[in-house]
Amino acid sequence: MSEWNLLTLVGADRPGIVARVTRVLYEFGCNLGEASMTRLGGNFAIMLMVSSARSPGEILDALKPVAETLGLRIHLDPSTGGLHQHLTPNVQVRVFGADRAGIVAEVTEILAAQGFNILELDSDVAGESNRPLYIMNIQGYSDQTLESLIEALAPLAARGISIDVTPVDLLIG
Amino acid sequence: MAILKVLKLPDPRLKQVSAPVESFDQAVRDLVADLEETRLAGPAAVGIAAPQVGVLRRIIIVDVSTRPKTPNHGHLVLINPEILHWEGFAIGREGCLSVPDYTGNVIRATHIRLRAQDLDGVEHLYEMEGFEARAVQHEMDHLDGLLFVDRVVSRRTDLYRRQVHQPAVFPRVKAQ
Ligand SMILES: [Zn+2]
Repeated sequence: MSEWNLLTLVGADRPGIVARVTRVLYEFGCNLGEASMTRLGGNFAIMLMVSSARSPGEILDALKPVAETLGLRIHLDPSTGGLHQHLTPNVQVRVFGADRAGIVAEVTEILAAQGFNILELDSDVAGESNRPLYIMNIQGYSDQTLESLIEALAPLAARGISIDVTPVDLLIG
Repeated sequence: MAILKVLKLPDPRLKQVSAPVESFDQAVRDLVADLEETRLAGPAAVGIAAPQVGVLRRIIIVDVSTRPKTPNHGHLVLINPEILHWEGFAIGREGCLSVPDYTGNVIRATHIRLRAQDLDGVEHLYEMEGFEARAVQHEMDHLDGLLFVDRVVSRRTDLYRRQVHQPAVFPRVKAQ
């Protein structure tokens, strides 16, 4: 019985990381599921669902040579959820503001207090280097009305952070 | 009337270009009735295209009238539809009866001018916006063998929405 695991690999970005890691997994007989891979700073981060009839220890051993060659740190966690646990976001929150400490915590604490479940969060720093602008895009699921989320976030808006709360309309066709 | 079987990816028929409807006969009416019954039988779909049930003809149904606060033209049977003009773009989340258990972000024009025939073969012009325009573009893609998964953009793309996107991501005006 093969189990799903969440495989995390992080290391300095260089060409060929994805190809070499997935080649090893393929040749070891692993199945790949959902994945999120991105360059953050100078690092490349891979989060990948992997299933195999082999044990987690055997998967880690198989990856060890390539990880050492490429300078990647590996982590493997058993996944209880498995695949196809997709939750569809119904609310999007976009945040723009002068970059400063605490902005993420302040926004997400308010959302958490509203019972907002964050499904995806992307952020970036834009603008000139002496006047950086923080940009954050959150998609999540909320039982609250848009109005109540907007009202809860209003104190931040009053402090110069631009916050835009919009519905995510899912179209099925 | 019958509920038809909806083709699912990777059925190769979903990747084919559908042929125009030339005779507006009872067979087309029967097909549209079955298509509508099939649309209503599944998960809250706002549209359906004939190739999704394996009939490679340029027929779609779109109805966003049940959604609150959504500008719309009611229940539409659009035969041989053509987009004459489009404007603006927006990212929105889409799913498809033919692609179970997956949704993704897709860029679509926000305003379109559309020409299509009805069940009697009479031509109509429509100005559409927002969700209705998106639904029509999604369904028209099916007529050209395209699925929304062919157009999915990165989650991160939305961060850069203020940049100008090339119109190349929009659907072709007309399938020749
Ligand atoms: Zn579809």
